[in-house]
Amino acid sequence: MASLDDLKKRIASVKSTQKITKAMKMVAAAKLRRAQESAERGRPYSEKMNNIILNLSNGVSDKENAPKLLSGTGENKIHLCVVMTSDRGLCGGFNSNIIKKAKSYFSKILDEGKQLKIITVGSKGNDQLKRVYGGKIIENISFKESKNANYFDADKVGRIIIEKFEAGEFDICTIFYNQFKNVITQIPQAQQIIPLNNEEDHNNSDESYEFEPDEDEILSNLLPKNISTQIFKAMLENSASEQGSRMSAMDNATRNAGEMVDKLTIEYNRSRQAAITKELIEIISGAESL
Amino acid sequence: MSEEFKIEIVNPEKSFLVKEDVLEVVVPAFEGEMGILKDHISIISFLKPGIIKVFSKSGDENYYVEDGIIEFKNNNLSILTSAIFSVTDLDKSKQGDLLKKAEAEASKSEISDQAKYLADQKVEVLRSIN
Repeated sequence: MASLDDLKKRIASVKSTQKITKAMKMVAAAKLRRAQESAERGRPYSEKMNNIILNLSNGVSDKENAPKLLSGTGENKIHLCVVMTSDRGLCGGFNSNIIKKAKSYFSKILDEGKQLKIITVGSKGNDQLKRVYGGKIIENISFKESKNANYFDADKVGRIIIEKFEAGEFDICTIFYNQFKNVITQIPQAQQIIPLNNEEDHNNSDESYEFEPDEDEILSNLLPKNISTQIFKAMLENSASEQGSRMSAMDNATRNAGEMVDKLTIEYNRSRQAAITKELIEIISGAESL
Repeated sequence: MSEEFKIEIVNPEKSFLVKEDVLEVVVPAFEGEMGILKDHISIISFLKPGIIKVFSKSGDENYYVEDGIIEFKNNNLSILTSAIFSVTDLDKSKQGDLLKKAEAEASKSEISDQAKYLADQKVEVLRSIN
């Protein structure tokens, strides 16, 4: 059995851990509110963008000559996966959920005999993926310096992707991120951004628009923007999810530490009591033998 | 009959402006300035750097934009832009910053004609605000 002194030290150490997790929880809660707000405020933009693109792609008369970003290269050989994770740890299952989702997708693609390329955004994803898929990672982007998700960063990622697409380095691009549902639920998402997946566009397509300049020019300008927008949306959702996930993880940790302190305190008190009893017995039996 | 329609300006970070009592909006469309009144035909167009003028019952406002897309449909005008500033909030230092950035961009030698044209536009518009 551990000595009294050891127990005392354990209790002190668990208590200080609890203080840290409690502080982290508070910080995460404060950041979460901001991140959630900006995620919600960012939604109209990406929704509107999607709407316009849907309306536009319905208006495109000549499907053959449609921009490649919309219709794809016509092939399905090389897949690019953009895995978006956080730069910091201690946020529960946040990163591993995305990685898990991504990995199952990777093995599906590899089983089909297709080529795989990976871009990781955020250092945690890179750390976890490079062990198994190290050779496949072609780029690792990290925004450690920027405090909040901003459009400028998203645009940078978007540009890289488009550059690679135009250079013919891949046929299909999918992004992985966590969608923020609420504090305890974040849903890992795989979203295909190139070519644009427009399965659900069969509603009110009879709307006629006037275009200025013509559709093709608008589309070819708009599609790259849409990529950046989708990435930005993913970044916003991700940062809200990260904070939410961290908050609940830290909440759990704080509670666990509390339980541990209770358990240790009882153990400490018991052994203290035992020591006292032992001493008393020794004194009494000593006195009796006289 | 009311002559008002709804305008919504959004940028990636938030919904920038929502107004229900707009009478006319003048936007710097790619092929020239365009005035939009109620019951305009559905249209999608691009913006070049310039000033968006919003005339509404509750007062007129001017915004400086660097790019964007507009969509008008069912008397709803949506403007999506990544860089927008209210002209009244645009103080000298902010404007100077933007101007400097635009000038730097315009003076680059290796940019395409279109990018050059856009950068020149920015410079011109920003100078005219003064």
